[in-house]
Amino acid sequence: MDLLPYFQSLEATFIGTKVRESLWMFPVIECVHLLALGLLGGAAFVLDLRLLGFGLRDQAPPDLERKLHPWLRASIAMLILTGVPMFLSEAIKCYYSPPFWYKIGGLIFAIIFTLTVRRRVAARTADKAPVIALASIVLWMGVAFAGRWVAFY
Amino acid sequence: MVEFFQWLEATGGSVAIRESILLYPIIESTHVLTLCLFFGFIALMDLRLVGIALRGVPVSQITSRIQPFGVAGFVIMAISGALLFYSSPMRAYTNIFFRVKLVLMALAGVNALFFHKTIFKSVDDWSDALQPPPGARLAGLLSLVFWSGVIICGRMQAYKWFD
Repeated sequence: MDLLPYFQSLEATFIGTKVRESLWMFPVIECVHLLALGLLGGAAFVLDLRLLGFGLRDQAPPDLERKLHPWLRASIAMLILTGVPMFLSEAIKCYYSPPFWYKIGGLIFAIIFTLTVRRRVAARTADKAPVIALASIVLWMGVAFAGRWVAFY
Repeated sequence: MVEFFQWLEATGGSVAIRESILLYPIIESTHVLTLCLFFGFIALMDLRLVGIALRGVPVSQITSRIQPFGVAGFVIMAISGALLFYSSPMRAYTNIFFRVKLVLMALAGVNALFFHKTIFKSVDDWSDALQPPPGARLAGLLSLVFWSGVIICGRMQAYKWFD
């Protein structure tokens, strides 16, 4: 299946065209994307550190999960909301960019993993769950790394 | 200072990073990714100080257990950032966003120092409070504003609007 025609029409959408033709829109959206990325890191890794046995060791993982989840969800929402217009503005470039495909694959996996497996494990873990925590760290760092490399290749 | 930066830009290491296909992207993505550690942890600490995140977790617990990781993030950030600067000092020197970024970093530093020398001294009195005292909330808010500004300027620096 050749996806190129779809990417061409995505690039031609109203939002894609507006962002691409504007001098300031892409940079501004990108700044919000980066701030959200930082927040995601905080919201995800504070719990991951706890599951590894570091950080807020005096807090029970289920408590911490409940307190951090709204921030995690909000930052993922903000990342998608800002990521989509940036993608639309250069969809064809993304189509030919290997890091883009790694990023999207990793992202889908990371979101599903975080909202299902990690969430459920954290909600009933009394102390540690190092494998889940490491998987979360590697997944999100990998997605962010691949995302940065979309700009290089 | 210009002469020094010109000399720095001509050194072997600077040229090597600038012209390398892999070195520059690797240093640059390390710098960006460390955002997740440094800004992420700092932002959560600040949001706790403001009184909207991690309510119920004592502030002193957050500063003693999370701050070290934030500091580690800062060290990676500073080293990778210094290397990026070293790769093209003249471009940074003439860039307005780079200059604003330095000022904002200094302001963030002064804010943190002032907070630790004053309000934080009595943290034991308000560590468990869902809403820290006004001074602590203000310090948290200022920290969020300054560091967000640093990130925005850092990103904008890459665009050559005013070069």
